[in-house]
Amino acid sequence: MNATAPTMENGSFFRETWIVFWRQLRIALRNPAWVIIGLAQPILYLTLFGPLLEPLSGQFGVDNAYTIFVPGLLVQLGIFGALFAGFSLVAEWRAGVIEAERVTPASRTALLLGRILRDVLQLFVQGVVLIALGYAFGLRASIGGMLYGLLLTLLLGASCAAASNALALVTKSEDVMAPLINSIALPILLLSGILLPMTLAPQWLQTVSDFVPIKHIVDAIRAAFVGDFGEPIVLGTIWSVAIFVLFMVIGTRTFRKENA
Amino acid sequence: MITARGLARSFTTRKGREKTEVRAVDGVDIDVAAGEIVGFLGPNGAGKTTTLRMLTTLLAPTAGTATVAGYDVATQAEQVRRSIGYVSQAGSTLPEALAGEEVVDHGRLYGISKAQAEKRGRELFDQLDLDGLWSRKPGAMSGGQRRRLDIAMGLVHDPKLVFLDEPTTGLDPQARANLWEHISSLRTERGATIFLTTHYLDEADALCDRILVIDHGVIVASDTPEALKQSVSGDLVELVLSDASTVSRAATALGALVPGGTAEVDGLTVSMRVPHAGRELAGLLRTLDKDKIALDSIEVRRPTLDDVFLTVTGRSLREDA
Repeated sequence: MNATAPTMENGSFFRETWIVFWRQLRIALRNPAWVIIGLAQPILYLTLFGPLLEPLSGQFGVDNAYTIFVPGLLVQLGIFGALFAGFSLVAEWRAGVIEAERVTPASRTALLLGRILRDVLQLFVQGVVLIALGYAFGLRASIGGMLYGLLLTLLLGASCAAASNALALVTKSEDVMAPLINSIALPILLLSGILLPMTLAPQWLQTVSDFVPIKHIVDAIRAAFVGDFGEPIVLGTIWSVAIFVLFMVIGTRTFRKENA
Repeated sequence: MITARGLARSFTTRKGREKTEVRAVDGVDIDVAAGEIVGFLGPNGAGKTTTLRMLTTLLAPTAGTATVAGYDVATQAEQVRRSIGYVSQAGSTLPEALAGEEVVDHGRLYGISKAQAEKRGRELFDQLDLDGLWSRKPGAMSGGQRRRLDIAMGLVHDPKLVFLDEPTTGLDPQARANLWEHISSLRTERGATIFLTTHYLDEADALCDRILVIDHGVIVASDTPEALKQSVSGDLVELVLSDASTVSRAATALGALVPGGTAEVDGLTVSMRVPHAGRELAGLLRTLDKDKIALDSIEVRRPTLDDVFLTVTGRSLREDA
């Protein structure tokens, strides 16, 4: 055999995750569209939609309309941005990259997590831009609360990215994924009070929305923004963690599954 | 290096309410020794890729066992993965990534350090005539270059055993011949054992020490290309006559070359397999000349692996390819 045979380092889960994450980020950053669209999204929402809500703040029962609005936008970014993350995975699968990675000894969870971390980082940057811009528009909220709200958003984004990646490996087709994601995301968007709080809704609609986990997460982030660390936050946090664990398990299983 | 016993894989397909079980690979035994180049030959859908995916841990067998590089594919998948290189027909790099970075990242997933992966990658680029393409996007490479890049990806961790799935499919003849050289140098320069699938007979013939012929999920023949070709009894002698009235006399003359032989007649064409046709040809021509049988053409063909395939399966490989 070759005299310069490479010696093996201790392969570790975190190292493999980092390699996958860094590869994904490098490829994404080299694509200007990814960077520009990613940054433009929060700016557009805030500047074009925010002014509409300002006069309504009295009806929301809060002093500062942005404590309602910015958390909703955070969740919207988290859900929609991450749900479409799987599209790049379909392209990678088609190019044979997934198969090539699956013949390496790397952990299947690392292959998934590295990809999700890229989407979480994107969401983090978008969230920080959104909050900073919101501040410029007049958002006033507790710093700790905003950070906690951002954390819940990232957990939700990670769950959606995992779900989207799993869906991508199962369907292997953008044409199947797009309508599927839309038909899942639209009712969630409408029923979780992302744009307007569900407290404005008639009773029957509120009752229906109570069954949508994301509504509780939105409520938790809103509560965090106004510094109300009570029951809604506990409930929202439990839901965030539960959804995250569920979709990470599903995602890893899909990566491990043969034929994927 | 590879030992498989009764390896099988079946898929369940659904058509409405009807469930049918398809046995893509129906119990194959494979033995490959260290340093061999073994070809897995068969038409599309014969079970080549399915077998390869089982041997490379990408697909769990539904029955049978396989030991690859000393490890069991079912219970020691990680050790198997560490020891083998796999070059799939689907490619391995993202078109918009940079070639060199893809190779380095791939190597690092095998636990190699960044510096070592880069050193090894550049070595491979050099050997595979990819020098200067380190920072090129795979999407901007030619088909042959991309295939060599896939091979570099599969070799970056210096595996002792390399699996190549249809390595030259879709390449032009020049690029194919060039790739064959690179593949055989894997053994001479790195001492690697190579297991490749192909549906090209000339490829199996040019590259392999031994050939396994698979059809409908079953191995139907296994030997050296030479021995397989000898198993087809003799060379094909084909006469094309200029006059239809002489066909039956020509057939008799050709048939007489082999005790109990009968020549096949198809229009003006008369053909039969004759062992060592070269020795018989002069006599045959003299007989035909004496009988005043005029020929349009005469052809003698050494048996090819296509003939082998036809003999063992009753079908031509080309019909499916």
